[in-house]
Amino acid sequence: MKMHFKIYRFNPDVDQKPYMQDYHVELEPADKKLLDALVRLKAVDDTLTFRRSCREGVCGSDAMNINGKNGLACITDVAGLKQPVEIRPLPGLPVIRDLIVDMTQFFKQYHSIKPYLINEGPKPDRERLQSPEDRKELDGLYECILCACCSTSCPSFWWNPDKFVGPAGLLAAYRFIADTRDEATTERLDNLEDPYRLFRCHTIMNCVDVCPKELNPTKAIGKIKDLMVKRIV
Amino acid sequence: MVNRHLTGAHYGLRDWLVQRLTAVVILFYAAAMIAFLLLAVGVSFEGWKALFSLVWVKVLTTVSMLALLWHAWIGMRDIWMDYIKPAGVRIAMHTLTALWLIGSLVYMIKVVWGAQ
Repeated sequence: MKMHFKIYRFNPDVDQKPYMQDYHVELEPADKKLLDALVRLKAVDDTLTFRRSCREGVCGSDAMNINGKNGLACITDVAGLKQPVEIRPLPGLPVIRDLIVDMTQFFKQYHSIKPYLINEGPKPDRERLQSPEDRKELDGLYECILCACCSTSCPSFWWNPDKFVGPAGLLAAYRFIADTRDEATTERLDNLEDPYRLFRCHTIMNCVDVCPKELNPTKAIGKIKDLMVKRIV
Repeated sequence: MVNRHLTGAHYGLRDWLVQRLTAVVILFYAAAMIAFLLLAVGVSFEGWKALFSLVWVKVLTTVSMLALLWHAWIGMRDIWMDYIKPAGVRIAMHTLTALWLIGSLVYMIKVVWGAQ
């Protein structure tokens, strides 16, 4: 199958500004996913640059904007894509080269919510146990792979990436608030009670639309707000 | 001046909650007004005038307008916070919005409670 791609190219060492490059490539029957096609393209033009690692939707490296919607190349079927397939880097983050973006701001926000268990109690001999019901609260939260598809599709994150935590960070924040083994709920809610950090979310829900793991950051953000309301009424 | 990312103002929840509650008030008022005009007094100048000569309608209107203005304040401020980066310009936009809303409030009181 022959496919037509339009791919965002930018090499800051050479190019004055970014441009879209056309590629026509013959795919083999085994090339089922977009990443297969990109790897085949790279064999033709080795200057084409993108991140990938696990090639099975677990590492979150190959997040990109595919025909206008963020997603992971490795789990996107080529068969369903409208041609020419327009591929751009994730929106809203500085481009390092071609499809590679600088994720510093994204991870800064993620780190700002302290994405680790806080429990000052005595260390248990083996592990901190949870009841199956308590553990169930973490379903739909812990699966996040930090690919940044959600945060970079969020207009609020585009406008205020330095101040708004973004859907990925807020989903992670609720993952620890919801964890019965974590003792820092008050501090976590204090940390988020800010007109920018949490309340820039205007429930646009692009995050839910694009999440390749089918998670729901908007719902998690709603639950954080619910807890904040319960705290004051 | 040092360049720091400034967050941690520790407000926002009240505004978010108020925006939702005032929305309910506005919705209730709009539905009630439409229902009154269509079902009770009829869509006409006389019907409209009769409705607004009732004190409780004036009170309800004033409360709902206050809800609308508060709602609009939070919404407009959110827009400025989203898009306007320089703090000085943002403060100016906040001030102009507040003045415009206060002006609307004064004018509303004059219209609703003034001489018939």
